[in-house]
Amino acid sequence: MKINKILLMGNPNVGKSAIFSRLTGVKVVISNYPGTTVEFAQGKTKIGKERPLVIDVPGTYTLEPTSKAEEVAVKMLKDGDLVINIVDATNLERNLYLTLQLLERNIPVIVALNMWDETKHHGIVIDVKKLEEKLKIPVVPTCALTGEGIKELINRLPKARALKMQFASDGERWKRIGEIVEETQKLTHHHHTLLQRLEELSIKPLTGLLIAMGVIYCAFLMIRFVGESLIGYIFGPLFERLWLPLMMRLSTFLGQGGFLHHILIGNLIEGKIDFGQSFGLLTTGLFVPIGMVLPYILSFYLMLGLLEDFGYLPRLAVMADNLMHNLGLHGYALIPMILGLGCNVPGALTTRLLKERREKFIAATLMAIAIPCMAQIAMIIGLVGQRGGKYLAIVFSTLFILLIVKGLILNKVLKGQSPEIFIEIPPYRMPQFMAVIKKLWMRLFHFLCEALPFVLLGILFVNILYALKIIGFLAHIFAPVLTNLWGLPKEAISALIIGFLRKDVAVGMLGPLNLTTKQLVIGSTILAVYFPCIATFAVLVRELGIIDMLKSAAIMITVALLIGAFLNLIL
Amino acid sequence: MTVDITRLQPGESGTVAEIQGGLGFTRKIQGMGIRPGKRITKVSSHFWRGPQTIAIGNLKVAIGFGMAKRILVKVER
Repeated sequence: MKINKILLMGNPNVGKSAIFSRLTGVKVVISNYPGTTVEFAQGKTKIGKERPLVIDVPGTYTLEPTSKAEEVAVKMLKDGDLVINIVDATNLERNLYLTLQLLERNIPVIVALNMWDETKHHGIVIDVKKLEEKLKIPVVPTCALTGEGIKELINRLPKARALKMQFASDGERWKRIGEIVEETQKLTHHHHTLLQRLEELSIKPLTGLLIAMGVIYCAFLMIRFVGESLIGYIFGPLFERLWLPLMMRLSTFLGQGGFLHHILIGNLIEGKIDFGQSFGLLTTGLFVPIGMVLPYILSFYLMLGLLEDFGYLPRLAVMADNLMHNLGLHGYALIPMILGLGCNVPGALTTRLLKERREKFIAATLMAIAIPCMAQIAMIIGLVGQRGGKYLAIVFSTLFILLIVKGLILNKVLKGQSPEIFIEIPPYRMPQFMAVIKKLWMRLFHFLCEALPFVLLGILFVNILYALKIIGFLAHIFAPVLTNLWGLPKEAISALIIGFLRKDVAVGMLGPLNLTTKQLVIGSTILAVYFPCIATFAVLVRELGIIDMLKSAAIMITVALLIGAFLNLIL
Repeated sequence: MTVDITRLQPGESGTVAEIQGGLGFTRKIQGMGIRPGKRITKVSSHFWRGPQTIAIGNLKVAIGFGMAKRILVKVER
């Protein structure tokens, strides 16, 4: 039989994605399952001369779906030719439940017994030969981390079989699993490894809190260090030494003025191009996304990828559960928030992990108001940071306090209860270098594809608006709010308008306005709070529905009005 | 003696006796491997009715306080 479509299926946290990245090359496509926001990855592998498609199906515990992601997994099963069932060797019993359910379907199955190397540390001995006999399908021990067993897995794919087993009830299934485990697995005494000790310490109340604070602190230091180094040694010199002379020549060529010069190069500041303030497509338009934002995006996603693959995030979710509970969410809602720090779009997409409408609404509103994306953070650091670290602290602590206060209020006001956490805490694992790099590359690629056009569009748009004097007109209309309430110059309206398109450009637009430090702090805070960027808005409309999104937007605008006025009064 | 998970001491073990709740709830809990007859060990419990973490074999699970109250465990004391 010809195999066209291979499905990788298994429980969450069994190293499915690591096996996927071993099987496929660099060309991996992430798509949404039609009609849902459930993402899955697909790529091609090589078996002899064939190049079948491999699909990384969302993790599932059973084929009786209990969530959107599991529903998708079950639907995908219908048009696959073969299932590679990834089984966590250190959790044989629970994993076999899905295996048996798969064997009841009419599709060939082969088992990859992953995490094989870890069984040693856990004192688990599994008789693979016997397990094969019992299951009547091929079982291949693998270790995705080192690539061990992957070749054999591919070689034995043609031996996969469909059994069409039948069980009368759930109890029957568990009974059969019990028998299989009894005969194939032996547990011996083992000593805890250092990582296992660390695992326990990081979910105990006191040590866990200390570790969480330490991890967050170190992560931010690393992000700043890597980001600043990239700017200082690579991106900065690249723009100053290579790109600037080129642009100066172009500027002279264009006669240092005129319409085209204005669009491409922008305004000359004291006869020179200033990448931060000129606002031309080829100057600020390229410098903001690549020279200022990309380095921080890179360092943030590198750090996030390492923490994700190490298995720390679920622990952080447990530690944060108490706090989040008071905000009307459970600890796991921390994950969309953390992702939102990178870019609000994936953060908004991840709110689908939350089941109830109430939690989705709270999480989305909180994120849109109080979680600035890394692009915006990088610009705020670049701009406000020049005036002193104290002012950075004011902006970010204002946002954090807003997050807490808004959450407390929404949790009180909205009907319903905070949901409860129920998650598996995977063991710590050393991240696989290639998998981390691959994920980093996909995220950076995604950022460049999304951000670059929007930034350029935003700058083009603002230049046209200026040329048509529309900004002057709007500035006049909104002057009362801007000047009286917030204490900003009325020209700041241009930043607010562009903020709908891109937040990083919007913060950048505050630069040429010659603001006082106080105005800069107020402007940056309002830009973070008042509305999500258009890309996030579109996702949120889809996730929440238009009515909830409008309610959420009303809250955002109200908060922006209030916080701006408040800061204007006290600073 | 039978107690719910929140009453276990950290480090204490017991055998799952009963999961109180509807079909959806029990299925969710059982899918994670927590079934009557399974031996579980409490790992930690967080302040102010915070999440409870337990170990079943090599698996660790965090369960909200209210859910943990509905999982009864037989212990020797």
